[in-house]
Amino acid sequence: MPTKVQYPLVAGDKGLVDDSTSRVSPAIAFIAGWLIPGAGHLLLGKWIRAALLMASIVGMFAIGIALQGKIYSANTGEPLDMLGFAGDLGSGILYGLARFLGWGQAPVLVAVADYGTKFIVVAGLLNIVAAVDAHSLASGRKRT
Amino acid sequence: MTISHFSAVLLFSLFTSVVFGITQRAEPKMMMRFGAYCFVLFVGGTIAASWVMWLIKH
Repeated sequence: MPTKVQYPLVAGDKGLVDDSTSRVSPAIAFIAGWLIPGAGHLLLGKWIRAALLMASIVGMFAIGIALQGKIYSANTGEPLDMLGFAGDLGSGILYGLARFLGWGQAPVLVAVADYGTKFIVVAGLLNIVAAVDAHSLASGRKRT
Repeated sequence: MTISHFSAVLLFSLFTSVVFGITQRAEPKMMMRFGAYCFVLFVGGTIAASWVMWLIKH
């Protein structure tokens, strides 16, 4: 008597992924989203989300720079500075632009400038969250 | 550029809430609801913490 083969219904099973899953590679969506805020969602055709994410992250970064916030660099030897650097690095190309143009290198002298430093770090962290969301959309882990 | 402390709170809350709303919910309606919820919590939490600090000082 032939036995019927039953496959386990587990997350990630090919049979459970619908056809609407994007053709964009999840890794490409993540890297694009990290380098340019909102670009991961743009590749996936989520125009409004991409525009809102870009406006929010770039806006936050720009306000941080305008408030004379500090841009961290690697290898300062201070553990907190290294954490700040990791956060700043999340901004992708914005961080490279800031380093290239010498933004955020002045010493922090006023309280509002310290807010600016936090704005820049949080913009980087939010960009990582947005890039991970683009990855989830591309892989089908997040449906819409 | 200089802004007041409260303006900084409002800007921080706005940008962060937009990103949280988009990334943490799947449906547009729920995104807006969650974003608004985060905004209110950010601003309300800051005002509450400010009053607590004022009470401790006085």
